[in-house]
Amino acid sequence: MAPRGPQCRGIPIGEPTQPQALPALTLPEDGLKGPGRPESGAQPFLHHREALWKRVLCAWRDGGLCGLLKEIVSAEEEGLQWAKTALSCVLTACRWLSSLHGSILPHLSLTSEDMIAAFSQAVDWAGCSVRAFAWHPHTSKFAVALLDDSVRVYNSSSATIPSLKHRLQRNVAAVAWKPLCASILAVACQSCVLVWHLDPTSLSTSRPSSGCAQVLSYPGHSPVTSLAWAPSGKLLLSASPVDTAMLVWDVSTENCVQLQWFGGGGVTFLAWSPDGSKVLAATPSAVFKVWEAQMWTCEKWPTIKGRCQTGCWSPDGSRLLFTVLGESVIYSLSFSEYRGDMQGQVGGSKTASIVADLSETTFETPYGEERIGGAVQSMVWDPTGERLAVIIRGQNPSAVETQTVVAVFRIRNSPVFELLPCGFLRGEQSAEPQLIAFHPCFEKGALLTVCWSTGTISHIPFFFLSSRVPYSSPGRSPTVVTASSSVREQPLFSEFKAPVTTFVCSKQTPGEPPGECGVLL
Amino acid sequence: VAFGLPAGCAGIKRCESSVLGWRLAAAVAWSVLLLPVCTAAFVLLSGVQPLRPLRWLSDSFDDLCTSHVIFCILLMSVVILVISVFNAEFYAVVPSIPCSRLALIGKIIHPQQVIHSVAHAVMGMLVAWCAAVMTKGRFQFLAVPCTISESLDDTVPQMCLNEYHLFFLLSGAFMGYCYSLLYLINNMNYLPFPIIQQYKYLRFRRSLPLLIKHSCVESLYSVRNFCVAYYFFGYIPKMWISTTMDLRIDSKLHPLDTLSGLLDLSLFYHAWLCGVFLLVTWYIAWLFFKIYATETHRFPVQPTFAEETDQCLPKILNSNPPLIIKFLALQDLMLLSQYSPVRRQEVFSLSQPGGHPHNWTAISRECLSLLTDLTQRLIAQQEAAAANGRAKQQVGEMKVSPATPVSFQSPKQMETAMSSLVKSSSMPLKASPGSDIGSPFSSPALNCKAGILDLSSPWHGKVQSPLIVRRGPKLWTSGSGLQMNGSHHESFPVLSVARVGSEAVQPSFIYTWLQNKQEQIKNFLSRRVLIMYFFSKHPEASIQAVFSDAQMHIWALEGLSHLVAASFTEDQFGVVQTTLPAILNTLLTLQEVVDRHFKLPHVSSKPPRSSGSLVDTSYKTLRFALRASLKTALYRITTVFGEHLK
Repeated sequence: MAPRGPQCRGIPIGEPTQPQALPALTLPEDGLKGPGRPESGAQPFLHHREALWKRVLCAWRDGGLCGLLKEIVSAEEEGLQWAKTALSCVLTACRWLSSLHGSILPHLSLTSEDMIAAFSQAVDWAGCSVRAFAWHPHTSKFAVALLDDSVRVYNSSSATIPSLKHRLQRNVAAVAWKPLCASILAVACQSCVLVWHLDPTSLSTSRPSSGCAQVLSYPGHSPVTSLAWAPSGKLLLSASPVDTAMLVWDVSTENCVQLQWFGGGGVTFLAWSPDGSKVLAATPSAVFKVWEAQMWTCEKWPTIKGRCQTGCWSPDGSRLLFTVLGESVIYSLSFSEYRGDMQGQVGGSKTASIVADLSETTFETPYGEERIGGAVQSMVWDPTGERLAVIIRGQNPSAVETQTVVAVFRIRNSPVFELLPCGFLRGEQSAEPQLIAFHPCFEKGALLTVCWSTGTISHIPFFFLSSRVPYSSPGRSPTVVTASSSVREQPLFSEFKAPVTTFVCSKQTPGEPPGECGVLL
Repeated sequence: VAFGLPAGCAGIKRCESSVLGWRLAAAVAWSVLLLPVCTAAFVLLSGVQPLRPLRWLSDSFDDLCTSHVIFCILLMSVVILVISVFNAEFYAVVPSIPCSRLALIGKIIHPQQVIHSVAHAVMGMLVAWCAAVMTKGRFQFLAVPCTISESLDDTVPQMCLNEYHLFFLLSGAFMGYCYSLLYLINNMNYLPFPIIQQYKYLRFRRSLPLLIKHSCVESLYSVRNFCVAYYFFGYIPKMWISTTMDLRIDSKLHPLDTLSGLLDLSLFYHAWLCGVFLLVTWYIAWLFFKIYATETHRFPVQPTFAEETDQCLPKILNSNPPLIIKFLALQDLMLLSQYSPVRRQEVFSLSQPGGHPHNWTAISRECLSLLTDLTQRLIAQQEAAAANGRAKQQVGEMKVSPATPVSFQSPKQMETAMSSLVKSSSMPLKASPGSDIGSPFSSPALNCKAGILDLSSPWHGKVQSPLIVRRGPKLWTSGSGLQMNGSHHESFPVLSVARVGSEAVQPSFIYTWLQNKQEQIKNFLSRRVLIMYFFSKHPEASIQAVFSDAQMHIWALEGLSHLVAASFTEDQFGVVQTTLPAILNTLLTLQEVVDRHFKLPHVSSKPPRSSGSLVDTSYKTLRFALRASLKTALYRITTVFGEHLK
């Protein structure tokens, strides 16, 4: 496939002293029509009845107990009347039970593709050509998961573009690079987690064989929708909305430990704090958990309205911003400063506070009236801790054209928490943002990468002088010892509410290297 | 830093007994506490009456309060105690991996293992007796009055042998023996340390379903095997018991060692349940011991009181404690380096009078010597493999004893090195005496003669004899050389001995002839299939044996790299900087050697699929974990120091 390869043009970022050129690219959707799904494979062939026991075996393998019952009940063979009646009763009971189960945890009745689409961080996972995106934590290299189930790795310093394909790599929901490692990439697939070992010095770099991939699978743990590497590079967490346990993998030995926590019905989204001390685990129901990553105990946080959609950690792991599905606000949750000696305590504050209200508002712009605002789809905090990018999704896209936009905030975590609006980013005509990510080690400020629904990936730099070094080395201790005593926050007046209405959007064209986003307060 | 050894030993002994004694006691206490629960479940399940549930429940409840059940629980507590003592006596933090089938057989008939098996068989019989008593019904007694037709003649009712009871007792003994055998074969005495820290209760809860499933399946297999065994050999114990105890065999009842007698579903169910009961209680004891023994222990970095000096971390690391204490200390080092800034400060601190960084020096030295030791062992193994491959093409082979990785930095290392030698020495190393000068086999001798010993190498000072050519120089020069260790009773290749011209015994013609004959006999034998079957080494097993204690090295790597990374911001006096070159040097050398190791033939590059069962096989994959953590450690240090390393 791929007669039309992605157009790759490098953009030099910033001053000419910086040699690196980041690939901004367009991945045309029609070039990526993947191999046909196996769903309609049976139709063109002649009808042929297998023996009953074969069909039953097949149904057992494909559909489990319910499939088996259905197959027997619908069998046309005679002489099984009494069995059919009995089994149809059992089937009815099964259906009733599963509908009961489904009414308690409605997400379980979805198909796995719908489930991934519902819980993915991408705005339009099912339809867009880019499904997942991840920057390498130490170099200018990123991985993109595409609609055709391939994953491509773009490198600023090399022209070869490895394209990763594997038999089990279907419906990729997330990709994640291993920290403190050159080239290990974890890919969350429908049935397993694939860990690719991409040796940069190997000869067959453009098309690594499936022998380079480790398959991490666990019964009942599919589809995998989220992955998180420990910043120390030792462990990998994987989560599935179907499995109540999240798995802690020791990737090198393929051993896993289940972290069971009943209630909530599964785990949809994981975020490991950059200092490695805590993990956010969102569930499909109106509760999320914050695990403490040393003794692996958790704190449960019930939300009022819906499930936690996304969340992000401050670089020092002391503050968590999260959003709830159906509410257009950003909540903040602060944690007591991490000290190693408080084993098994998460140390969260009592309540979460609202730090930003993103409800829908109308803006008068030179281009006409525009409506912006709504629920937050995904949210990223840059490694210096000074910028926050948020994808705001129109609340009901059908009614009025509330656009999906990227809003950027200026943020400060210490000594007091501040959240100031910075601007909006908008793509080309009819391009909607799909995924956002910050470059993990951009020296001159922050570099936001946006994947657009047209398949374009563009990089938007923010130049500023950071008060702290970029948090590019996760192994480093979170704060300098001398500084930590002075920056203890006072939660009483730390929260700063910033309604969206006070700032005006500044137009940005992706693909061009603009300066600082305009802040018009 | 010189520590007085005798005093240190005493302190470590105290530390060991205080750490391990309490852990063992707690593990036993918990497993005994869970015994009544298991017993209740057993009583409930053994008296199952599906058609009369209420009757069944009330009957079971009545049974639970009877005196014989309580007596059984007491007896079983004693059994659990004995099992726990065996667990504590047989545990190992470094698994011993048999490299060939013969070694495995040797392990099975080792006296220690025989004692283990016999004791477990007896314990199994006791548990089965308890189970039979608690099951009641036809299983309860060994001697029952004979059926009426026979005792009609005389007035005294005669006692007959109850074969069901005998079947139960024997099956219990069989289960106990199987448990002991599987304990050995599956290396269940190995204590794997968990990949994440968790509270004990959570660890237990996580393993419990696996434990029950594993017991059920294993009991099923054991009962099946036992039925087969009883079918063939059942008459022997039956006759023996009936003659010694003067019990008659009831001719009216169906004998059990026939096909129809064994096809008794109720008997099968009860025997299976008895097996599950036995395995569950024993595995629970084992699980508790494992959980308690691998729990983290916090060693103080700096002693608060003078009498604590022996128990603080640098001291323990530098002395030669039992391996479990060493493992716990290294685990604690890893945890403190990762999670505890306060304790890291203690590591970086200077001693009060004098201002020496004793803590850091002791810790880093120990970690580095561990890693160097591993490097040498790997080099030896690689050379053995390389020489093995090369020698096969040459004629006139001569056997040279395998190179020994002996550490020259600290005598305490000798022991670990020696233990590894015991394992690796089963790997024959063949070298040709007649190879040319450029070949690796003669180069050590040449090196030695020319005096090209790398003076900067840490091994230089300890070289005692010109024959003992150490591996030191080899780390930095690419030319490979075969180590000839200086044990004098071993044979040396003729040419190199001649070249060196030293005091070694000139091998006579007869000696060479004998060697040749020996080699021929070996060749002859190795062609016999059966002998090959027993003697052939599994390549995977010998690799696993080399890396069997790699958990120590993994922790040393993690601890060291986290400490170094943290020192960038936390080390106020710069104590770490002085050792940074040595650390990087050691890590890079090890990296090179490990990389080369994974390129050897027979070395799989991927870990085998872990089964996810109760039996832990993590020791099989330690080398992959080592490779990953070594890479991560290097990246961690270089990412933090970055430009400053230039």
